[in-house]
Amino acid sequence: MTTAAAPTRNIKARRTAYQNVVRTLKTAPISAWFGMIVILVYAILAIFAPLIAPYGEAEVVGKAYQFSSADNWLGTDQIGRDLLSRLIYGARNTIGIALITTLISFLFGGTLGVAAALKRGWLDQGVSRIVDAFLAIPVLIFALMMLAVAGKSLVNLVIILALLDSTRVFRLSRAVALNVVVMDYVESAKLRGEKTSWIVFKEIVPNILPPLITEFGLRFCFVFLTISALSFLGVGIQPPTADWGSMVAENKTLITFGNPAPLYPAAAIALLTVAVNFVVDWFLHRTSGLK
Amino acid sequence: MHPVLRTVLQRLGLGALTLLAVSVIIFSSLEFLPGGYAENILGQGATPETIEAFKKQLGLDRSAVVRYFEWVGNALQGDFGSSYSGLSGSMKRDVTATIAPRLYNTFFLAAMAAIIAVPLSLFLGAMAALYRNSWFDRIVNSATLTTIALPEFFVAYVLMFIFAIKLRWLSPLSTVSVGTPFWEHVTRAALPALTMTLVIIAHMMRMTRAAIINLLASPYIEMAQLKGVSKPDVIRRHALPNAWAPIATVIAFNMAYLIVGVVVVEVVFVYPGIGQMMVDAVASRDMPVVQACALIFAATYIILNLLADIVSIVTNPRLLYPK
Repeated sequence: MTTAAAPTRNIKARRTAYQNVVRTLKTAPISAWFGMIVILVYAILAIFAPLIAPYGEAEVVGKAYQFSSADNWLGTDQIGRDLLSRLIYGARNTIGIALITTLISFLFGGTLGVAAALKRGWLDQGVSRIVDAFLAIPVLIFALMMLAVAGKSLVNLVIILALLDSTRVFRLSRAVALNVVVMDYVESAKLRGEKTSWIVFKEIVPNILPPLITEFGLRFCFVFLTISALSFLGVGIQPPTADWGSMVAENKTLITFGNPAPLYPAAAIALLTVAVNFVVDWFLHRTSGLK
Repeated sequence: MHPVLRTVLQRLGLGALTLLAVSVIIFSSLEFLPGGYAENILGQGATPETIEAFKKQLGLDRSAVVRYFEWVGNALQGDFGSSYSGLSGSMKRDVTATIAPRLYNTFFLAAMAAIIAVPLSLFLGAMAALYRNSWFDRIVNSATLTTIALPEFFVAYVLMFIFAIKLRWLSPLSTVSVGTPFWEHVTRAALPALTMTLVIIAHMMRMTRAAIINLLASPYIEMAQLKGVSKPDVIRRHALPNAWAPIATVIAFNMAYLIVGVVVVEVVFVYPGIGQMMVDAVASRDMPVVQACALIFAATYIILNLLADIVSIVTNPRLLYPK
């Protein structure tokens, strides 16, 4: 559509996407920089875990419960696996699972939310009332209960958390989409006789994306913390998968002997959530101008 | 009817309705499972006869509607049925009898955390709002943003490491029993209570700060300042009457948050509360206990929010003095 008009525009008047990104990054506060660097490091660790980790994920390398040494920088766990290697593999497992869960919940909740805002009527009413009831129960409590019913497994964990989280996503995406649906440009697209899919993807989605992206960061943190909590409680990600939440639980007895082993995975979790929060906070300030 | 009374009654009705809906969800969670709960527990090798016998033993052979009304009716009278564990033996474990002392422990812990956290965070939040953009406000802001993002068990283990292992001031494990004297109970529960205080203080402070800043920005406050009312009078006569509602909401929201935090913290410190009991029951898939705990958690959550609603209605000056 714009291809014909593009050459006639004065190119200097417009910044390229790259220039825009550089300009935005230059104004980022230190906390946001800190957050972005931490997230980048975590991403590299997660993607290249097998290359970076000194030992394998489930490899027994020495005696159990060793304090840190030259061979095992952070010591070994309850059956003699290298803690540092498991921490690095944990980045891959814990972050990956949380990311997948959040994506599913956004796909599901977002679709339902936009559909409810577009169609209104019984669909909107029905789904909204059900979601209201779900919102009255804390996620952790509900997830615990559903895991007791369905049994603990990775698939169950992802499905249950994605479903519970999608109720929160539904609420937000419906509220944001409701404001967009009544806009004149949506109306004119309808009058032009555009298809529903065109209206959704060309008119509504681009306009509700900024708040949803911010929400994605916050919901990811929340899902990540809930998965870690559930794994810590022993009903989330199951051994021998290296996962930060369950690593805290596996090594918790060590702390009474003055070995800070359970603090490392817990700190890894804390650092990531703090980093994501800093970045999201910066986004919020930029997009809403709120103080 | 007085408008305040009518609104309060409306809210109470809505709360009761929510509770009903939640009880239906909690009860029917067992029915959601594709293939059925008994089949799932017994596995693929189970014969139809074993499944029937198992269902009969658990009482799952009757219709769901009948079981629901029985469950709710008994729960209202404080009877949550028998635990699945030990059901086949001669000794039936009564869920209510197991939960009662643990419920007391959990409320004890939550109350301890609330007594420290509520006044402290309201005070700090109000100070941060009144001296906005000062260095105090900035430090508090970034500190709380960090604390909010920390998982409960991280805070718990750091505190345990410092106070119980390195300094040896407190015991790392919070084991208490029915006969524990009051003050010993307090010292035993000190570390978990401190953890929960730290976790909710950040939330509460930020919300208090936001609520008060919001309030001070309203036109009637500016009007009062412009007509020359002294600063203490602005706060006392104009701001405070309208502040109760947001403050009640902040407190209720964070007390509700405490309920979730209590589960993890109890497990860390091996504190015999209802959260730890629920986690144990989830691991052994003991549904009557899980459902009873879930219902208690959800009911507390709903009631707290309802209370905040009612406080904000009955303190609303616009409703109290109708035209």
